[in-house]
Amino acid sequence: MTFLIQQTLLFAIPLMIVALAGVFSERSGIINLALEGIMIMGAFIGVLSVRLLQSVPAFQEAAQQLAQFNAGKTESASGWLTLQGMEILCMLIAAAAGAIFSLLLSYASINLKADQTIGGTALNLLAPAISLFLIRIIVNQNTMGMEGGAGGASWFLIRKTFFGYSAGESAGFLGNTFLDKTYLATYLTIILFVVMSILLYKTRFGLRIRSCGENPQAAASLGISVYKMRYAGVTISGALAGMGGFVYALTTQGCTTNGDVAGFGFLALAVMIFGNWKPLNIALGALLFGLFKCIAASYSTLDINGDGRFLLTEIGVSSYVYRLLPYVITLIVLALTSKSSRAPKAEGIPYDKGMR
Amino acid sequence: MNKSPLMQRDGTKKLIASLLSILIGLFFGSILVLIVGLTTSNIGAKGAWDGIRLIFIGLFSKSRDASGNLVFGMNTTNIGNMLFRATPLIMTGLSVAVSQKTGLFNIGAPGQYLMGTMASLMISLSIPSSSVPPFVIWLLAFLGGCLAGAIWGAIPGILKAFLNINEVIACIMTNWISANLVTWFFDIAKFSTMTGSFYCQTKWKIADGSFKNMVENTKSGYVYKTSWNNVATPKLGLDKLFPDSQVNAGILIAIVIAIVIYIIINKTTFGFQLKACGSNRHAARYAGIKDRANIIYSMSIAGALSAAGASLYYLSGNTEFSWNTYQSLPAIGFNGIPVALLAVNNPIGVIFSGTFMAMLNIIGTQLTKFTAYNEYITDVIIAVIVYLSAFSLVIRSLIAGRKKNTSVANDANADKTPAKPEDTGKSGADAEQEAAPPTDAGTEKGGAQA
Repeated sequence: MTFLIQQTLLFAIPLMIVALAGVFSERSGIINLALEGIMIMGAFIGVLSVRLLQSVPAFQEAAQQLAQFNAGKTESASGWLTLQGMEILCMLIAAAAGAIFSLLLSYASINLKADQTIGGTALNLLAPAISLFLIRIIVNQNTMGMEGGAGGASWFLIRKTFFGYSAGESAGFLGNTFLDKTYLATYLTIILFVVMSILLYKTRFGLRIRSCGENPQAAASLGISVYKMRYAGVTISGALAGMGGFVYALTTQGCTTNGDVAGFGFLALAVMIFGNWKPLNIALGALLFGLFKCIAASYSTLDINGDGRFLLTEIGVSSYVYRLLPYVITLIVLALTSKSSRAPKAEGIPYDKGMR
Repeated sequence: MNKSPLMQRDGTKKLIASLLSILIGLFFGSILVLIVGLTTSNIGAKGAWDGIRLIFIGLFSKSRDASGNLVFGMNTTNIGNMLFRATPLIMTGLSVAVSQKTGLFNIGAPGQYLMGTMASLMISLSIPSSSVPPFVIWLLAFLGGCLAGAIWGAIPGILKAFLNINEVIACIMTNWISANLVTWFFDIAKFSTMTGSFYCQTKWKIADGSFKNMVENTKSGYVYKTSWNNVATPKLGLDKLFPDSQVNAGILIAIVIAIVIYIIINKTTFGFQLKACGSNRHAARYAGIKDRANIIYSMSIAGALSAAGASLYYLSGNTEFSWNTYQSLPAIGFNGIPVALLAVNNPIGVIFSGTFMAMLNIIGTQLTKFTAYNEYITDVIIAVIVYLSAFSLVIRSLIAGRKKNTSVANDANADKTPAKPEDTGKSGADAEQEAAPPTDAGTEKGGAQA
């Protein structure tokens, strides 16, 4: 059960934050098909910054100290806090990279009134191309990890031993599930999700963004700058998606990147539609789709209630079914709700001041 | 329209816009190569210069001579391979172009391509060539692939027509569904379940009747080549023309299909109906055109074309399909989008833009072969071209609109000069306002003719 919850969270959290990224952009009136591309960019820049920061002496010492602690050579685990700080720094860098990359989309679709779908597709093509081109130049192979082959887990994974539990000791169900072998990034992302949802739905700024996605001409008549609000929406979207990309690379890929996030950006798009553009539904949708991903990834070794039997294998449903289900469900949800969809009214339509 | 000078024709402007975006894309790639070259110690200025030369004329690169300089010249192998790789790109480009004519953005080409791949490979491998002539198997596999693609393309079409679901979202979902389906089917499907036990008696006995290549150890994860079953696209002497290359008759088939699509779109009632639905679905319905049916037809044709590209590529006999596709979609499908955009959705133009994209592909392999750079630089160039074409339409209409606007306004002013002097200022402004609607109509007309 612990394993199931942890794995589901690992997959669900990046989905959740990237789906919210999609909401920010679409609420401001710009269709963001580029989520996948921005995630790839965030993952690449994030992992690259980890690589570069690795050579900073302070972080290196912290990592050595932590390695000694994990090997049982020292009592103090003080190094882990420094490394968590490094993780946060890299998350911010990835977010900045995503925000800058998304400017390409906002410039094309806001200033030049270009086709947003094609613009998004261009970014989706550009991100893997640039990151793979550079990855190959930097490490001469298609996957870039941390310097010296260090695993992301050995640097950034939080263990119960940091909090005074001994290796064999149980930290209780909650401790085992939410404290041991977790990433700080997961919890930060959840907090960020809540904060950004409140920002979008409970503040004046959020209302302004949303008004630009529903009726930009009316918003403009009230003195709101549609251009600025749409730029804000897409840039926030880019930052969240970039960070989500790095969180994905860190937590599920062991801090490696290969110019690909295995369709997570598109899956996040599906989560967004499944959640009908509402944060709470998106969170639930992300958990559901995360569960499917988790089942598909580790389905033959998943022991849900701890009785030594692999229930899912005994049911005999192929793992491909679990991989398929999110997309099929999204299509069905789309078909059922097409009449009552809460999609922003003005999404995909370039803002034209003179239009009524 | 026909009397207008060459430079002001609509087609000329489109061609110039496309060539311009190609040039900007190539320059962007060169700049990236230069920056990376100068900042990376093991490449340097000479390596960067080699890289830039390859980006522009890599098709004609041959080898490095004894002193390490690049040798350029006629390279028939490269040209043959370019034509071979252009085949599926032309088909996916046609697919995107046809759907664009009906106002639909077919981002589902990768999924349709995969479905076509699966159907073609399964049919061509499971009918024993000992009892059925290979040519018949080839035809069945090709048509089967097209059918699979047509069915797969129809799904977003139906969702769009009846439930008004955005085809882009539906296509993205069906893409990933097909990526998983294809992996799943190749994972579990066996010859024996499809054709019965007689299959094991044919001359190439396969371990467990699976489509997965278990015979060659280095090919794990791949499906057997169709040439294992003696099925291969005929070469028609093209291999003599371009020795040591993979070229075959597929490119000729693709060109013929492109011409047929051009005729259907531009010279038939059916094509006119498709375009009418694309220009204005509601007006088309008002005029008695079955808009829903046309949307579904358009997506089915698009699906069939993508799948036909896959069939032509994998039935060539010397290409292998890696069946574990569930985490990524085939790039050829997505590259149909730039092919169609560059050709401004003109089926004849697609032949050239598809060939150009294939040339970029070859350049990529040459870069990997001869320099410290790698093939992904050409993907960067492609992405830049797509990005530019996202707003090239806007820029083009701006240029066209301004020119016509001024000329019409001048004419109007010229007509009104004999009027009272105090009125001229006002009438000039009026004339400009009046001139605006005809300009719009003109650009719309141009768009519809495209």
